Amino acid sequence: MPADILLAASGICKHFGGLAALSDVSISVRRGEIFGLIGPNGAGKTTLFNVLTGLTVPDVGKLTFDGRRIEGLKPHAVAGHGIARTFQNIRLFGSMTTLENVMLGRHLRSNTGVLGAVFRTRAAVAEELAITRRARELLDYCGLAARADDLARDLPYGDQRRLEIARALATDPQLLALDEPAAGMNATETAALKALLERIREDGITLLLIEHDMKLVMGLSHSVAVLDYGEKIAEGEPEAVQRNPRVIEAYLGSGFA
Amino acid sequence: MNIAALFNDRHYRWFAWGAVVLVLLALPFITEAVLGRSWVRIIAVSLLFVMLALGLNIVVGFAGLLDLGYIAFFAVGAYSYALLASPQFAVHWPFLLLLPLGAAIAAVFGILLGAPTLRLRGDYLAIVTLGFGEIIRVFLNNLNRPVNITNGPQGITLIDPLQMGGFSLAQTHSFAGLTFSPVHNYYFVFLVCAALTIALSLRLQNSRIGRAWVAIRDDELAASAMGINTRNVKLLAFAMGATFGGVAGGLFASFQGFISPESFQLIDSIMVLCMVVLGGMGNVAGVALGAVLLTALPEALRYIGPLQQRWFGGVLVDPADLRMLLFGLALVLMMLLRPEGLWPVRRRQAGKGNADAG
Repeated sequence: MPADILLAASGICKHFGGLAALSDVSISVRRGEIFGLIGPNGAGKTTLFNVLTGLTVPDVGKLTFDGRRIEGLKPHAVAGHGIARTFQNIRLFGSMTTLENVMLGRHLRSNTGVLGAVFRTRAAVAEELAITRRARELLDYCGLAARADDLARDLPYGDQRRLEIARALATDPQLLALDEPAAGMNATETAALKALLERIREDGITLLLIEHDMKLVMGLSHSVAVLDYGEKIAEGEPEAVQRNPRVIEAYLGSGFA
Repeated sequence: MNIAALFNDRHYRWFAWGAVVLVLLALPFITEAVLGRSWVRIIAVSLLFVMLALGLNIVVGFAGLLDLGYIAFFAVGAYSYALLASPQFAVHWPFLLLLPLGAAIAAVFGILLGAPTLRLRGDYLAIVTLGFGEIIRVFLNNLNRPVNITNGPQGITLIDPLQMGGFSLAQTHSFAGLTFSPVHNYYFVFLVCAALTIALSLRLQNSRIGRAWVAIRDDELAASAMGINTRNVKLLAFAMGATFGGVAGGLFASFQGFISPESFQLIDSIMVLCMVVLGGMGNVAGVALGAVLLTALPEALRYIGPLQQRWFGGVLVDPADLRMLLFGLALVLMMLLRPEGLWPVRRRQAGKGNADAG
């Protein structure tokens, strides 16, 4: 495993009114690994995700991605640097087709403007073709090719989750951040998802994963960090983290530690 | 035989489109013979409203930004043309310069409206745009003192018609045995402009830009996380929509020869919005259809006065009241029967709509 750090968050604090959603949280994600972020409900995992992707501005803290500082950047700029994400409560473009959702993900890596679109310049036509081709590849990759022309809102739940991944991959990310990708999936769907995530990692994309399914997250991740009440209580290899008394206490209560 | 299939069929496509073009070319002459010249005028005006409605469709239909002051851009285009092609300032610039200029000025106003409202959506945005529309109208009404710019409520008269060299659309011309009165001339100009507007709308819709607009309509947060610069994309929608309105305004001013703030009221913004919603938000063909129908319907309802006379031997209900009553009723019925508009964007595929997996 290459040891260089792709994403480093240090000293992140975020308060919502009197509530400390994150206090002094630091994590570092190595290039090429699958990094699991776990913790009980309300521990601040999604807030940390929102901070990493520019949706929430941290009160204090430093974010370094691929050698560049990204804290305070707008979400689209963060995406431009190479962080793509999915959402815990699926957020697809419902009135667009499956294919169009993925094509939208190519927006960032294409540049046809109004004039190109209106006059159908040769460059615009070629770019549109390239966008469509890449989108179809990604649908294939995520096993959604048969659904290309269905509206996103008409897809079954599991397909919607995978479509979010396909759309995120279309932005050519270095880091793919997945917020509970297995939520609501049955055992077969989860197994297929696991295979997909491993394949994405083998193709060179670093994964950051929030997940409640312990079997999945412990089986996939190279490193795991545990949040509880906005604080990081453990970080390390999955086996070590699982034995950590503070983690057991956070999940099961003090009697089990 | 399915008519839509005819337009997609490789062999019949040219035939089908040729027939459409022929009908549109013959329409003013047939209309004049059957219904009289006033209906040629109504059809011409309906084409202006096609342009307006398609402009608003970019803002409301594509990008999902509810705009209740859209007529302001129509007004900006109309006044830009009128002030620079009338005795008001004794300047008479050529229309080939004025129409693009009016479009550009309207686009600037679109950005002026868009910039402060970037964080607003839905009902909040509607209220701000409503205020914007009123501000423009009030300015036009009052910019006659201390320096007379807009001539206030009296409006601007004697606006130049579209003309080039010695050829003016305000004159009657004869060509190939047909008489082209000014209304006919303008009908054909508006037809070309409306066709261009439709083509432009379709090309924008099926492009990277159009997808970005729909994405911020469906889910702005997800769109920004996918790398869409929501600020730029929204401002572009406002500017493009305003551009269409600005061109339509310039054409309107030249066609009428007279404009005043009276022509640009809140009810006009609402009518254009009705065309978009009733036609089928986001669907270019539906919105164009909505514009034609909603321009023609109130005019057609003018016949209820004479009809009462014929059927009942006297006028029972004041025709003016009954006309708007029936118009309102028609709107209510259409929205009840077809809540997604006359011609919605994409109909759910048969058999899939019932099992709603969303």
